[in-house]
Amino acid sequence: MSTDVHEPPPDAVAQADAAAAESARLAAPEVIADSLGEYAKIWLKRVRNGESGALPVTLGLIAIVIYFQVRNSLFLSAGNLVNLLVQGAPFILFGMAEVYVLLLGEIDLSIGYSGAIGATVTAWVAYSAPWWVAILAGLASTTVAGAVLGIIITRLSLPSFVVTLAGFLGFEGLLLQLIPHTGHGAGGTISIPSSIIDDLTSGTLTPAVGWIVMVAIVAVSGLSMFLRDRRRRASKLVTPPVSITLLKVGVMAAAGVVVVLVSNVNRGTVTTSLRGLPWVVLVVLGMLVLWTALLGRTRFGRYIYAIGGNAEAARRAGVNISLIRTLAFTLCGLTAGVAGIIYASRLGSSSTDVDGGQLVLFAVAAAVIGGTHLFGGRGKMIHAVLGGLVVAAIYNGLYLVGLSAPATDIVTALVLLAAVTVDSLARRGQSTG
Amino acid sequence: MTTPSASDGARPAAAGRAPSPAALGNAADGGAGQEPLLRLHQVGKNFGPVQALTDINLDIPAGQVTAIVGDNGAGKSTLIKTISGIWQADHGQIFWQGRQVHLHSPKDATNLGIATVYQDLALCDNLDIVQNMFLGRETLRHWQLDELSMELTAKSTLADLAVVSVRSIRQPVGSLSGGQRQSVAVAKAVMQDAKLVIMDEPTAALGVTQTRVVLDLIARLASRGIAVVVISHNLTDVMEVAERLAVLHLGRLAAIGPASQFDTQSVVELMTTGALSRTKDDAAKPPAADRGNGESQRRRDDALNTGEGL
Repeated sequence: MSTDVHEPPPDAVAQADAAAAESARLAAPEVIADSLGEYAKIWLKRVRNGESGALPVTLGLIAIVIYFQVRNSLFLSAGNLVNLLVQGAPFILFGMAEVYVLLLGEIDLSIGYSGAIGATVTAWVAYSAPWWVAILAGLASTTVAGAVLGIIITRLSLPSFVVTLAGFLGFEGLLLQLIPHTGHGAGGTISIPSSIIDDLTSGTLTPAVGWIVMVAIVAVSGLSMFLRDRRRRASKLVTPPVSITLLKVGVMAAAGVVVVLVSNVNRGTVTTSLRGLPWVVLVVLGMLVLWTALLGRTRFGRYIYAIGGNAEAARRAGVNISLIRTLAFTLCGLTAGVAGIIYASRLGSSSTDVDGGQLVLFAVAAAVIGGTHLFGGRGKMIHAVLGGLVVAAIYNGLYLVGLSAPATDIVTALVLLAAVTVDSLARRGQSTG
Repeated sequence: MTTPSASDGARPAAAGRAPSPAALGNAADGGAGQEPLLRLHQVGKNFGPVQALTDINLDIPAGQVTAIVGDNGAGKSTLIKTISGIWQADHGQIFWQGRQVHLHSPKDATNLGIATVYQDLALCDNLDIVQNMFLGRETLRHWQLDELSMELTAKSTLADLAVVSVRSIRQPVGSLSGGQRQSVAVAKAVMQDAKLVIMDEPTAALGVTQTRVVLDLIARLASRGIAVVVISHNLTDVMEVAERLAVLHLGRLAAIGPASQFDTQSVVELMTTGALSRTKDDAAKPPAADRGNGESQRRRDDALNTGEGL
C-alpha cells in the first residue's frame, strides 16, 4: 500500500507504522484501499471499531422487514411496499430538512407546523392560480419562515432550540388562524383543488416510463462515478478499485430494479388496475440528489460541515458563520415546505388537525436513526432516506399487525433510543480506541 | 550580567567569539546589511493601566527559527497577537520587509504573509486533511469544489514538507495523532504562502516521537526560507530548534541573541528574574541592553540584587 507522502526519517518509522494502522482503521475504505479484499478488510475493521456508517440502520431495516413479514404476510406485498414508500416520503423529506440544521449542531422544532402552513398556502393559492404557482407560493412561505428563524437565531445569538420552539407554537397558532381565513377551510380542513398536486402522491408513471427513468438514473450516476475515478487515476491520486465502483453501481441498479419491479406489479383491485412508480419517489430522489450535491460539492456545504465540526476554526478560516447558519435554516424551511406539500397531497388536504410536534420528532428520529450525528458535523441526506424508511416501516407494519397508535409511538421511541445509543457507543469507541 | 558563556559548546555558530547579543539581535543576525523580514521597533501594548509589552525591539529574519520564551504572563501571547494583528500595538512601529505596516486585523497580517498556528490548531476534526487545508479558500471548477486540484496541491505541499506517515490525505483530521495534526496546521499555513509562521506552543501536547516530527518540520520550514517564530515553555525543544532566542520578562525583552549564546540555565534565569546574576562574568554588559531596555534592566538588576536569594 503506497503512502501519499514519503520520506519518513528513520526515527519516525515506528510512529509512521502506528499511524498507518490508525488511519487504516478510521479512514473511509475507498480512500486507501486499492483492491476489493483490502476494501472489505478495512471496512470490517471500521465496523468493528464502531465506525459503522449506514450499517446499523440497514441491518435494522432488514430486521424490521423480516419481523413484520413473519407477523403479516401482506407486509411485503407490492401494494403495501409502494404504500410504504408513499407513507415514508414526508418523513424522509422532513428528515432531510432536519439534517441541514443537525449538521450545524442545531435543531429546528418548527418544521412540522411550518410545513403545514406551506401546504395550506399551496392549497389556498391553488384555488385561484395554476398548480405550480401554488407550490412556489407554499415553498416561499416556509422558506421565509426558516429564514426569519435563522436570522433571529444568528443575529441575537439565541439557542435554536428555544427560538424554533417559539416558532413551533407561533406557527401552530398561525395555522389555526390561516385555514378558516382562506375561505375554503370549512371545519378546519382545506382540501387541495389541484389534481396535479394530489397526483404527486397518488399519481404514477407508466411501467415503461418507470423503467426508462430508472435506467437513466443508474446510467448517469454510474457514469459520473466512473468519470470521477478516471480523472483521479489520471492525476495519480488514490482511486477506489474498479470492482468497488462496479459493486456500488450494481447495488444501485439492483435497488432501482426492485423498486420499479415492485411498483409495476398491478396492485389494484380485481376491477381496476393500478401500477407504476409513484411520482413522489422521483420527488424524494430529486431532493436527495440536489441536497447531496449542495452539501458535498459546494463551498456552502463544506462550510456547514466545518461549522458543525469546529465553528471557531471555520470563523478563523474566514467563513461567514452567521450567513451559513441562516442559509441552513432557510433551506431547512424550504425542504419542510416540500415535505408539508407531499404530506398534504397524500391526505388530499391540509387541516388544523396536523400533529406538527409528532412530525418534527419523526423527522429528527429519521435523521438520527439514519446515522446523522445529533451534535453536528456528521451526517448525509441519504441518512434521512434510510431513517425515514425505518420510521415508515414501523408505522406501516404496526398498523398491519394491528397495534395501536400508542404502541407505534413507543416502538419508534425505542428505535430512536437504539439509534442514538449506537451513535454514542461509536463515538466512545473512537475516543478510547 | 554576562554574555552567555560560549562554553555551552556544541553550537558552532558562536565561532569562538562571543559578541554582545545586543549587537547580534539588531543587525548582524539577519546577515550584514540585510533587512529583517519583520522588525519591531519600540513596540508597546497596554491594557488599561497594565503595561503588557514595553519597548520591544525585535528582528525576525527570514529563514531562521526565532524562539520567544518567557514565564506565564511575560507577554509572549500579547507579542504574537500583536504581530498577527489580533491586537494593535499602542506604541512603536512595525516594519515588514523594511516598510512600515499597520496591522489592524488578522486579515492584514495574513495578507502580508504572516500565518499563526495557535495551540488549539483550529482544525475541523470531521473534515479530512485536504478539506482542512483549503478551508475558507476552496478552489472551484464549474461552480463546484475542485476536489482534484485541491487534493493534488495539498499532497505536494505535504510532500514538500516531508510530512510523514499520513496514510491518506482523505482521512478525517480527527483520526490523526497530535504531531500529524500540528503538521497539517503548519502545512495549511505554508500553502497559504506564509513568509512568517508563528507557532504557539507547538510541542506542548506531544509525546517524544511526535515532538521530534514537529521539530523536524520547524527546521525544514526555516530551511525553505520561511521565518519561524516559536513560542514555547519547553526549553529543551527551544534550544534544539531555535537559531535565535528572545527572552521576555514582565513585558520587556530581557535578552535576545543567537541561541548558541545561551544555555538552559541562563535562559531559566532570564525567564524567572529578567536578568542574569553576575556570578559568571561581572565585567560583561547586560545582554538585554539593546535599544532602550538598559535602564529598566538596571532597575531590575537592582531589585534582583536586593531581593534575590541566589
